[in-house]
Amino acid sequence: MEPRAVGAPATVGTSLPRVDGVAKVTGRARYLDDLDAPGVWYGATVRSKIPHGVLDGFDLDPGYDWAGTGTVFVTAADIPGKNMILLIEEDQVALVPVGGRVMHVDEALALVAAPTKALAIAACAAVTPRITVKPAIFTMDAALAAEVKLYGDDNVYKQFLIRKGHARDAEFEAIVAGAAHVIEGEYVTGAQEQMYIEPQAMMAEWREGRCYIVGSMQCPYYVHKAMKALLGCGPTDVVIAQSVTGGGFGGKEEYPSMLAGHVALLAHKAQRAVKIVYERDEDIAATTKRHPARTRHRLAVDAAGEIVAIDVDCVMDGGAYLTLSPVVLSRGVLHAAGPYRCAVTRVRGRCVATNHPPHGAFRGFGAPQTTFPYERQIEKLAVLRGEDPLALRTRLALRKGDSTATSQILGASVGSDEVLTAIRDCAGTPPVRAGVAANGSPLRRGRGVCFYFHGAGFTGSGEARLAGRAQVAVVAGGRFEVRASSTDIGQGAITMFTQIASDALNVDPARVVVVDPNTRDVPDSGPTVASRTCMVVGGVVDRCCRRVRGRLEAWGREHGVTGDLAALANAYVESGAPELADMVQYEPPPGIAWDDATYTGAAYPVFGWGACLVDVEVDLDTYEVKLLRCVQAIDVGKAINPIIVKGQIEGGTLQALGWALLENIVYREGRVANASMTNCIVPTFADAPELETIMVEVPYPFGPSGAKGVGEIPMDGPAAAVANAVSDALGCAFDEIPILPEVVAASRDRWRLA
Amino acid sequence: MKIELEVNGQPRTAEVSPWARLLDVLREDLRLTGTKEGCGEGECGACSVLLDGEVVNACIVAAGQCHGRRVVTVEGLARGEVLHAVQRALVACGGAQCGICTPGIAVCAAHVIDRKLLAGKPVAEARAAVRELLAGNICRCTGYQLIVDAVLVAVDEVGDS
Repeated sequence: MEPRAVGAPATVGTSLPRVDGVAKVTGRARYLDDLDAPGVWYGATVRSKIPHGVLDGFDLDPGYDWAGTGTVFVTAADIPGKNMILLIEEDQVALVPVGGRVMHVDEALALVAAPTKALAIAACAAVTPRITVKPAIFTMDAALAAEVKLYGDDNVYKQFLIRKGHARDAEFEAIVAGAAHVIEGEYVTGAQEQMYIEPQAMMAEWREGRCYIVGSMQCPYYVHKAMKALLGCGPTDVVIAQSVTGGGFGGKEEYPSMLAGHVALLAHKAQRAVKIVYERDEDIAATTKRHPARTRHRLAVDAAGEIVAIDVDCVMDGGAYLTLSPVVLSRGVLHAAGPYRCAVTRVRGRCVATNHPPHGAFRGFGAPQTTFPYERQIEKLAVLRGEDPLALRTRLALRKGDSTATSQILGASVGSDEVLTAIRDCAGTPPVRAGVAANGSPLRRGRGVCFYFHGAGFTGSGEARLAGRAQVAVVAGGRFEVRASSTDIGQGAITMFTQIASDALNVDPARVVVVDPNTRDVPDSGPTVASRTCMVVGGVVDRCCRRVRGRLEAWGREHGVTGDLAALANAYVESGAPELADMVQYEPPPGIAWDDATYTGAAYPVFGWGACLVDVEVDLDTYEVKLLRCVQAIDVGKAINPIIVKGQIEGGTLQALGWALLENIVYREGRVANASMTNCIVPTFADAPELETIMVEVPYPFGPSGAKGVGEIPMDGPAAAVANAVSDALGCAFDEIPILPEVVAASRDRWRLA
Repeated sequence: MKIELEVNGQPRTAEVSPWARLLDVLREDLRLTGTKEGCGEGECGACSVLLDGEVVNACIVAAGQCHGRRVVTVEGLARGEVLHAVQRALVACGGAQCGICTPGIAVCAAHVIDRKLLAGKPVAEARAAVRELLAGNICRCTGYQLIVDAVLVAVDEVGDS
C-alpha cells in the first residue's frame, strides 16, 4: 500500500454521506418525469393482446380526431435503420412490421404521440391491430417438445455442458452408480419483477439532425449501440444521457433500449420532444423479469459424506426473444455446482423460447435460480446424515487452492471460512419448535442456513473484451472530474467513485465531481451490471486518478508551483494550458485464462462469498410464514463505504426473501395476470424482519483497496435458507418458490410435525 | 374548476379539472416535482403528502377535495436550508438509495416524528411501530433496515431538543 501523504484523511472505508443524499431527501433530485420540457408531447404504445401470430395491419378509428390533434402514428415502416433492438442477436424488433410475427402479449406493434397524455391514451385505444393467431408455447416442456417452432428447430436459445473429472456420460453415470447415496431433486423458481419504484421513462428530441435521448437507465452505451442500428446513424448522431434513475436491479439493463427507440422514432416524426413514462401496469406486463427456471439435481456422496459427483440439468424460460438469455444462463450454470469440493461434476443448461414476454436481467442474473437447488440438496444431505447443516457446509466448502466446477483454482480472496464462522458465531439457539399464536393458532418454527458464492464482474474473458475505460480531468476551481459511463441507480456509484478518487488524488471529496453519464462526455466504462462497477470501474478510476496526480505533480515541479493537489489543479487551469486529462482502460489481472469452447478455466476474476441464517414461524391455521430472523454474512473484499455496502446487502436480501415467500408473477396464456402493484406484491416495511448484516473483508488484490463485487451476491442465498427453514419447521421438503400460504396449505398431508 | 389551497404554508390557486388528481396538481400545475408517482393506485406511497395534517396518497385524492385545505409535500419539510431531522438522518444513516420513494418516506416519517407517535416506546417496540406506521411506503432498494435506523435517530435528536 502506498503511504498516504499528509493532507486529506482517507475516505475509503468510511461512510461518507451519499453525494446525492440531500437532493434525494428534499425532492430536488430530478428524475425523467420531473424534467422541464416545454412543449413536450406524450407517447403511448399499441401492444398485442395475442401471444403468437402474424400482424396483418391496423385499423385506425376515424372517430378519433387524428388530424385535428396532430397525433402522429408510427409503425415499423417509419424506422430509418434496421428494425431491431441490437444486443446479442438481431432477433428482437422495435416494432412488429406488417406481415411480421407477433411473439408475445404486450409486444409493441405501433406508437402514437399527442400533445397530452390523455390524447395519447385515446389515440392508442383508437388503433386496432389485425392479427392472425398462431398456436403458442407457454411452458418449458412445450418449448422442448418443439411442436411449435419459435426459435430454430428446437426452441433452444443457448445450451451449455460443463464437464469436470470425466469425458463421457457413461463414465459419469458409473461414478454416480458407485456412490453410497444419491440425492435427487427437482426445483422450480418463479419469474420475479424488479419493481423499481420509478417506472421505465425516456424522452427524445431531434436537434439539427442529431437525436438526444435522456432517461432512466443502467447502461447508456447499450442504448447508444442499439440506437445507431435502429436509427441508421453514426456514433455522434445520437447522444444518450442518464437521468436520475429510480432503481434498476437489472430491469433497466436491456429494456431501456426498446423505450429509447420508441421515443426517438416518435420525436422524429412529431418533430418535437416526446416522452414516455410507463404506467405501472404496463411496466409490469411488458418489461423483462427474472427467468423462471426448473432444475434437476443429483448429489452423489460416499459413505463418509464426501461429495463424489454433482449432476445439474437446468432449464430456463427465455421468453419470446433471445435478449440477454445466453448470458443469464451462462452465469446460472457457472454457479450451479455450488461452492463445494467435488472432483466430478456435470452441469447442463438450456434456455428455451416461449411466448412469454422476454425474461431478462435481474440482480443475480441466473445465479439465484441455480443456488436455490444446490442449497436445498445440501440441506437434504444434512438431514440424511443427521449432520449439523452449518458444520456440513463448513466441511465441504471450497477454500483457497480448491478447484471449482470449471476447474478454476481459487486464489486470493476466498472468504468461505470467514462467512461460515461469522454465521456460526452469531447463530445462538434455534427457535423453540412449537408455539401458540395470540389468536390460538398452533405454530411451528424452524431454522435454515445456506452457503453460496457469486462471481464478480463479467464471465470469462468478458472484462478483457469490454475493456472498460474511465477518464479523470483537471477542471476549474481546483476540482477533478471523473468521467465514466457507470450509472448511479441507487447503489451509490457516484459516492463510491468520489471516495476512490478523493483518496487516489489525496484531495477533499468535495473537490471530486462525478459527471452525470452521457455518451458525448464520458467514455464507455462497460455496462452497470454484474457487480462490476466498484471492483472493475472503481479500479480504473483509481489508476486514472493516480496518473493524473503524477502528471500534475510533475507539472508543479517543472513550473515551480507548490501546494496540495487542489492548488496545483487550480494553478494548472489558470495557466491556460490544454485540459489535463487521462484515460485508463481496464487490464485484467494476470493469470486469468478462460476457454469459451469447453467452458473451463477462470470463470470470474474473483468470487464473493455468502452465508445466511433464517428462522421462520409457520402458522398452521393460516399457513403464513413469518420471518423471525435473517442474518447474512457476506465477503465483500473491502467495504469502500460501509453504510452503502450494508444497504446493498440488505436490499438484495429482502428481494431474495420476497422471491422466496410472496413475489409471484401469474402468467395466463402468456399474459401477466397480476400486472398491478395491488396484486403483484413485494415486501413492505411490515413484511421485512430486522436484518442482521455481517460484512466480511477478505481483500481482493486487484480491486480498489481490496474491494470486490457486492451488488448481486445477497440475492443468491436467502431463498434457499427460507425453504430450508420452512422444511425444518414442517418436517417436509419445499422445493419450489414462492412458498405462498396456498403452497403451505397444499403440503398439509406431507407435514411431519415435531 | 378553480381551487385554492395552502401548500407548504403558501396560498396557491390552480385551475384544474375536478377529476384531476392532487398529485397532478402538485407536479404539473404547481411544478412541485418532489412528490413522485410510482403506481398510480395508492399502493407504493411514493406520492405521500400531508392533507390537513394526515398522510394521504396524492395519486388517489381528487383535486376537487382539496379546496381550502392544507397540503405539505417533501418540499415543505425543510425550514429554508435546514433540513428536517428525519431528512438529515436519512442521509446520515443511508436510508435513501435510488431516492424515488424517499420523498414519500420522508413525509410519512416526519409526520411520525412531529406527532410524537413513538413517544415513550422502548427501542424494539419503536422499531416495530415504525414498520407498521410506514407500511404504506414501498422501498425496493434498502430492505428498510437503514430507514428504520434513520427514523429512530431522528426521534432521539428531536426528543433531545
